[in-house]
Amino acid sequence: MNRDGIFNFLSSIIVIIAGLLIGFIILLISDAGQAIPAFMTILTFGATSMRNVGDVLLLATPIILTGLSVAFAFRTGLFNIGASGQFTFGAFVAIYISIEFTFLPPPVRILTSILAAAVVGALWGAIPGMLKAYRNVHEVISCIMTNYVAMFFVNFMIISFIFDQGRGTSQALPSDSNLPSAGLGYIFREPFGAAYRSSHVNIGIIIAILIAILVYIILEKTTFGYELKACGFNKSAAKYAGINENRNIITSMMFCGALAGIGGALNYMNGTGLSMSIIDSLATEGFTGISVAFLGLNHPIGIIFSGILVSYLYLGGARMQVFGFSIELVEIVISVIIYFCAFVFLVKSFLGKTLRGQGKKESSKEGGEA
Amino acid sequence: MYIIEMRNITKEFPGIIANDDITLQLKRNEIHALLGENGAGKSTLMSVLFGLYKPEKGRIFKNDEEVNITGPGDANLLGIGMVHQHFKLVHNFTVLENIVLGVETTKSGILQMKEAREKVLALSKRYGFDIDIDKEVRHISVGMQQRVEILKMLYRDNEILIFDEPTAVLTPQEIEALMKTMKNMAAEGKSILFITHKLDEIMQVADRCSVLRKGRMIGTVDVASTSKEELSEMMVGRKVALSLDKEEARVGETILKVRNLCQQGTKYGSGKNKLKDISFDVKAGEILCIAGIEGNGQTDLVYALTGLEGIDSGEIFMEGNSITKAKIRQRTESGIAHIPEDRHKHGLVLNYSLAYNTILQTYYTSAFQKNGFLRRPTIMEHAKNLINRFDIRSGQGEETITRSMSGGNQQKIILAREIDRDPKLLIAVQPTRGLDVGAIEYIHKQLLAQRDSGKAVLLISLELEEVMNVSDRILVMYEGEIVADVDPKQVTFQELGLYMSGAKRDEVVVV
Ligand SMILES: Nc1ncnc2c1ncn2[C@@H]1O[C@H](COP(=O)(O)OP(=O)(O)OP(=O)(O)O)[C@@H](O)[C@H]1O
Ligand SMILES: [Mg+2]
Repeated sequence: MNRDGIFNFLSSIIVIIAGLLIGFIILLISDAGQAIPAFMTILTFGATSMRNVGDVLLLATPIILTGLSVAFAFRTGLFNIGASGQFTFGAFVAIYISIEFTFLPPPVRILTSILAAAVVGALWGAIPGMLKAYRNVHEVISCIMTNYVAMFFVNFMIISFIFDQGRGTSQALPSDSNLPSAGLGYIFREPFGAAYRSSHVNIGIIIAILIAILVYIILEKTTFGYELKACGFNKSAAKYAGINENRNIITSMMFCGALAGIGGALNYMNGTGLSMSIIDSLATEGFTGISVAFLGLNHPIGIIFSGILVSYLYLGGARMQVFGFSIELVEIVISVIIYFCAFVFLVKSFLGKTLRGQGKKESSKEGGEA
Repeated sequence: MYIIEMRNITKEFPGIIANDDITLQLKRNEIHALLGENGAGKSTLMSVLFGLYKPEKGRIFKNDEEVNITGPGDANLLGIGMVHQHFKLVHNFTVLENIVLGVETTKSGILQMKEAREKVLALSKRYGFDIDIDKEVRHISVGMQQRVEILKMLYRDNEILIFDEPTAVLTPQEIEALMKTMKNMAAEGKSILFITHKLDEIMQVADRCSVLRKGRMIGTVDVASTSKEELSEMMVGRKVALSLDKEEARVGETILKVRNLCQQGTKYGSGKNKLKDISFDVKAGEILCIAGIEGNGQTDLVYALTGLEGIDSGEIFMEGNSITKAKIRQRTESGIAHIPEDRHKHGLVLNYSLAYNTILQTYYTSAFQKNGFLRRPTIMEHAKNLINRFDIRSGQGEETITRSMSGGNQQKIILAREIDRDPKLLIAVQPTRGLDVGAIEYIHKQLLAQRDSGKAVLLISLELEEVMNVSDRILVMYEGEIVADVDPKQVTFQELGLYMSGAKRDEVVVV
C-alpha cells in the first residue's frame, strides 16, 4: 500500500474507534455496571456465529447500495442526500410488483421487481438532477424535499393498494417473491441445535458486491466515468473540454437514484418478512449510506467493506438490549458510532497535515503552487 | 551576518529531488531574486522557508541563530511573510477583514476593527496603494488583490517578504507599480526574496540573484555586474536566443472570420458593452496578435470565439462555415484549439494525472476509447510521447497528478495537448505566462512552426515585447473595440502604448 492508502485506512480506523469510545461513554453514563458487557457485545456479536455473520451481510446489502449511491454522486461533484427517497420509492415498486404480478414466474418477477425499482429510483433521482441542471437549485435542498414527498406519497400508495389491515403495514410478500438464498443459508447458520437455524442472507449481497464492482469499472475505466469525474473535479475545465455538464448532472443523479432504488428492493425482498410501515420518518438507509460512503472514502470497493463494518456494529449494537438498555438508548449509541464515520475526511486531512514530511516522502496530492 | 540563511536544504518528492543541498543567503535590506527553469525547485524552497514543507535535510538560520519552522505560524512569528502565486484570500470578505484575518484584536470576544483600520490605512498610504479597504475582495482586480496580500504581510510587521512569481498575473502597469513598492519596502528595512522568470524585472530591482537548475544551486551573482544573457545561460545551461528570428509569413486562405460581434456587459459590470462591433479575419500562415491593457474585452472575445460564453449579435465563421451557434465541442472539432488564460480554471483537471489531461477534448474519439472504455495503454503511450516531445518535467511521468507539478510544466501540458490536436486555428491566450526564458523561446518557436505549417494563430498577449516579437499583424483592443490594425514592423512601442491607452485610434474597416 502506498502512503496515501495507509492514510486512508488509518483515518477510517480512527473514526470508528472515536465513535466507539463516545458510544462507550454514553453507555457508562446510563448504566455503568452493564456498560462493559454491552460494549463487548457491540464489538463481538456479529462474529459469534456463522448465522450472525450471515445477518451482518444481510443488513449490509441495502446500505452498500445507498453508500454507492452517495459516493457516486460525490465523485461527480454532487451531494445526493436524496438516497432515502429513492430507496423508499424503489422499495415500494418492488413490493408492489412482488405482490401484484403473481402471474409472472418467480425468477422473472424478482428480476422485474429489481429492475423496476432501479427505474423508479432513477426517475426520482432525475428530479433534483434536472432542477440543478436547468434551474440551478442546489441538489441538497431539492433532495430534502423529494425525500419527504417520496415518504408521504409511498405511505399513501401503500394504504391505497397493498395495505394489510391487520398488521398496519404493507402486505407480506409471497414467499416465492423473495430473493433466492443461493446456498448461502447452508453456510451461514447456527452450527448446533435441531433447527440449524439459518441466516436469511441471500443473493442480494452478491448483487450488491457485483454492482460495487460495476460502479468501480464505470468510474475508473469508461469515458462516461472520465466525463463525470471531470465535472466533479473542475466544472469549468469540463465545460472547456466540451462536456455537457447539464446532461452529466442528470445522468449522474439518475444513476445514483437507480442504485438506491435497487437497495430498497433488495432490502424488502430478503425473506425476513420485513414490510413497509406507515411512518412519518425518512428511511434511515439513505443517511446511513452517507456514513458508509465516507467511511469507504467514496471508493466503490472500500464501500463493500465499510457497509459490512457498519452493519456489523449495527447488529451488535441492537443486541445490547439484552443488557437492559432501552431501545432508544441503543439507537443513540448506534447512531453516534455510525454518524461519527462521516468525519473520516476531517481526520484524513488532519493526519495529512501532522504526519506530513515526517516520513521520507510527501503525499503527491498536496501543494501544486506554480 | 545574514538575516536568513538556508543551509544545505534537501527536499524530495516521489520520483524527484526538488531541492538538492541548496544553500541560500539573504542579506538584510536586499532584494534577492530567485531564478530558475520551470520545475527547478524555487517554489519548493520558498515553501520550506515558509514552513509549508519540512525538508529531509538542512538547517535554517535567522541572524545566525538556528530556527525551527514547522508551519506558517512559526514563519510569521519570525517575521517571514509570503505572497503565493495563487492568492489565498477569502472572496466574500472585505479587504480589511482579509488583512486582519488570523490576527484580529478582540475585546471580550468582540472584534476591535478601529485600530486595525487605522493601521491598514496608514500602511496603504505609506506605500501609495490606492485601495478601498471596505470593498469585497471578489470585486477588486487581480493587481489589487495582490496589494491586499502585501498589506497582510506588512500588517503583521513581517520583515522578510517572499514573493512567488508576483508579476505573472499582473499587467505591465501593475508590474511597474509593484517594482516601485518593492524598492520602497527594501528602503524601509525589509528584506525581499523575489521569484520571477522575467529577466528585465531582475535587472530593474534586484541586488543579487540566485540561480537554481534541476534542484541544484548554480550560484549567486551581483545583478549590477551581470547581464540578461549571462543569467539565462546560468539558468538553462546553454545560450538562449532572447529575440526571435523569423521568416516572412506566407499568408493563405481566411480561416477565422469574425463579423460585427457584440456583447453587452454583465449585470455586475459597468453596463458598458464588453464587445462592440468586432470584425476581423485570421488567415492561414499568419500570427495575428490582439494587444491591449487587461480588461478591455480580450477575455470576452476569446470566450465568444471558443463558445465558453454566448454573444448577443454578430457572426463567426471557420473556413466559411458559420459556427456562431455551435457548441464548444463542435467548435473544437471544427479545428479550433485554445490555450486558455487561466490554466487552473479551464485548462486542467488538477486532480487528474498528466496523461488524463492530455486527452481532455479527445477522450471520446476512437483513438482513446473503444465501446465506451478508455484505452489506457494507448493513452499512456500518447502521454509519454508528448512528455518527450515537449520536455514536460514531473516526478512520476505520465502518472503524475497534475496538481503536484510546477506551474510552468502544467502550462506545457496544455500547449502539448492543443498543438498535438493539429488544429487549423490556435487561440493562445498569454501562452507564456509563468514560463522560464527557455520555455518561452520554445513556445514562441512552436507558434512560429504552427504558422509556417499553414495554421492560423490568434495570440492574445499583454506583453508588448511578445506582441512585437512574435506577431505578423497586431490588432489593438480598447474598451471592447478594435482601435488599430497595424504591422509590427512599422509601429513603435510608443505608438502601441497610445493605442492601448485610448489616446489614439484608427478607423478599422473590414470587408
Ligand atoms: N507537492 C508536491 N508533490 C510532488 N511533487 C512536487 C510537489 N511540489 C512540487 N513538486 C515537484 O518538485 C519539482 C519542483 O517544483 P517547484 O514547484 O518548486 O518548481 P518551480 O521552480 O517553482 O517551477 P515553476 O517556475 O514552474 O513554478 C517539480 O518537478 C514538481 O513536479
Ligand atoms: Mg513555482
